Amino acid sequence: MLKRREVYLDNSAVTRLDERVLEAMKPYYFEKYAVATSDFAYSMGIEAREGLDGARETLARALGADSGEFIFTSGSTESSNIALKGVALALGNKKGKHLIVSKIEDFPVLNSAKDLEKHGFNVTYLDVDNEGFVNLDQLRESITNETILVSIQHANQEIGTIQDIEKIGLICREKGVLFHTDATHTFTKVPLDVKKIPVDLITVSAHTIHGPRGIGGLYIRQGTKIAKWMDGGFQEFNLRPGLENIPAAVGFAKATELVTDRETERLQSMRDHLIDRILAEIPDADLNGHRWKRLPQNANISFHFIEGESIILHLDMHGFAVSTGSACFSRSLEGSHVIFGIGGDHEKAHGSIRFTFGRYNTMEDVDAVVDTLAEVVQKLRSISPLGK
Amino acid sequence: MSFPYSETVMEHFRNPHNVGKIENADGKAMEGSPACGDMVSVHIKVDPETKIISDIKFESYGCASNIATGSIITELAKGKTLDEAKKITWKEASEALGGLPKIKVHCSVLAVEGLLSAIENYEERHGLIKDRKPTTIEIVRKRLKKVMNPMAGLDLVRTNLVQGIEIKKGSVRVVIDLPPDHQFAPAIKEEIKEKIEPLWDVKELTVEFTE
Repeated sequence: MLKRREVYLDNSAVTRLDERVLEAMKPYYFEKYAVATSDFAYSMGIEAREGLDGARETLARALGADSGEFIFTSGSTESSNIALKGVALALGNKKGKHLIVSKIEDFPVLNSAKDLEKHGFNVTYLDVDNEGFVNLDQLRESITNETILVSIQHANQEIGTIQDIEKIGLICREKGVLFHTDATHTFTKVPLDVKKIPVDLITVSAHTIHGPRGIGGLYIRQGTKIAKWMDGGFQEFNLRPGLENIPAAVGFAKATELVTDRETERLQSMRDHLIDRILAEIPDADLNGHRWKRLPQNANISFHFIEGESIILHLDMHGFAVSTGSACFSRSLEGSHVIFGIGGDHEKAHGSIRFTFGRYNTMEDVDAVVDTLAEVVQKLRSISPLGK
Repeated sequence: MSFPYSETVMEHFRNPHNVGKIENADGKAMEGSPACGDMVSVHIKVDPETKIISDIKFESYGCASNIATGSIITELAKGKTLDEAKKITWKEASEALGGLPKIKVHCSVLAVEGLLSAIENYEERHGLIKDRKPTTIEIVRKRLKKVMNPMAGLDLVRTNLVQGIEIKKGSVRVVIDLPPDHQFAPAIKEEIKEKIEPLWDVKELTVEFTE
């Protein structure tokens, strides 16, 4: 085997846990491990509840919200399911059965919408332009008296495009429609303050910010009509039943506190260096998404005439972990719906590679992956019948 | 750690054999399309006396199993007569590679088809097709089985997109059950042309899409 230099560049899939997060979590496994109780119970339970309350306070503050407006969930998937199905349940029979989402949403939103269609709801799937931006005029025109919710992601999971959610929120507010945004990939990195931006529901998760897996959250603006969607106890303001995952909630809060603007700037400089070098040094390569209105940690590039799984396998042999929108790589053998959504064809999807940076990457990693990539692309093109 | 590809597959993927084109090839073929995800081109040089494949080269736009199968198929075919080479099956190629993941079968079948088409191309060009049968609906349908439906990763026939085939005095009409403005309509039309037009008695081909 070749000498391996393990470089993980798939941080939008999941991030490595930060040791400081683990340390913050430990007491809630070994000492304060009781269930969260009311003030009138045993002290271990009160201690546990204080841990949970403190975590909630941190998360809510990070969004400019009150702690009564934030519930913990098992992650982004559950948060987005609650947002879409909870609103549908609460308003479907009262206001209407129409929802609006973008075509390039991540699967929790997209498939929740598709599921609601099976239950008598109508969904409008908004087009995006070739950089991934939602058409605001189409949004405005799509809202009817029947519309109960608009769900448009803060930034895209694959091509990194950041939507203008302030404008989207204003349109929804003006039309009196609830607005949910999936902020899984922007949380802590791209400013989102609910006092400034009119958004009613926000999905967030710990797995993208070096926190533990299996914990996420949903911001629910005070007064938002939303129904309980899973049955059980009365936890999380009677919206999300089940034993609270306090260690993970505490870890999520710690992970949130550890993110700094300086770190985000560092991610962005790695991103820019990678994009600049690839576009300058590798011919027939296109950036997917907008040059700078994109996630600070994301670069997505299509290499013409070659296929993503082959690129990934070669990079893996050199110790680099990246991701692709190629059908050959996916478990379903379907090409990326995001690349198709921005008007790309199969070839563009097949040759698309996503690089996502995290806390443990360095500028050296960026240079190393570009050097290797240049060789891999050249090698694969030399055996490709295309582009000659 | 278990890895989906055998060591032999990875070896052929890393260092594929017989890559490239042959100048003035005696037979050549291109199978697949970027839309279906994989493409293979095969070029052969044939000894006119012995009908032995003296040289063979391939190129691949595809995933690891496509590249590895292209490589192994050239190894298996080199030195064989055309009749022997025609008998090489996907199973044989797969066994020579130490097995391939099930989900990747269609990517590797393409390489085998590439070899067969290159041989067919040689035979057509050298007047070796003995009995020139008139093109029938069945023959057209068989060729359409080689055109991929990019939405399903399976061919047009198996995914029921072929709504009708008509043949009248050398003109063939194919009706595909997709709207004309469908994103894959132009790619599918192009592929159908590639497969049907070379038939010796086809003078005209029209591909229609339903509204």
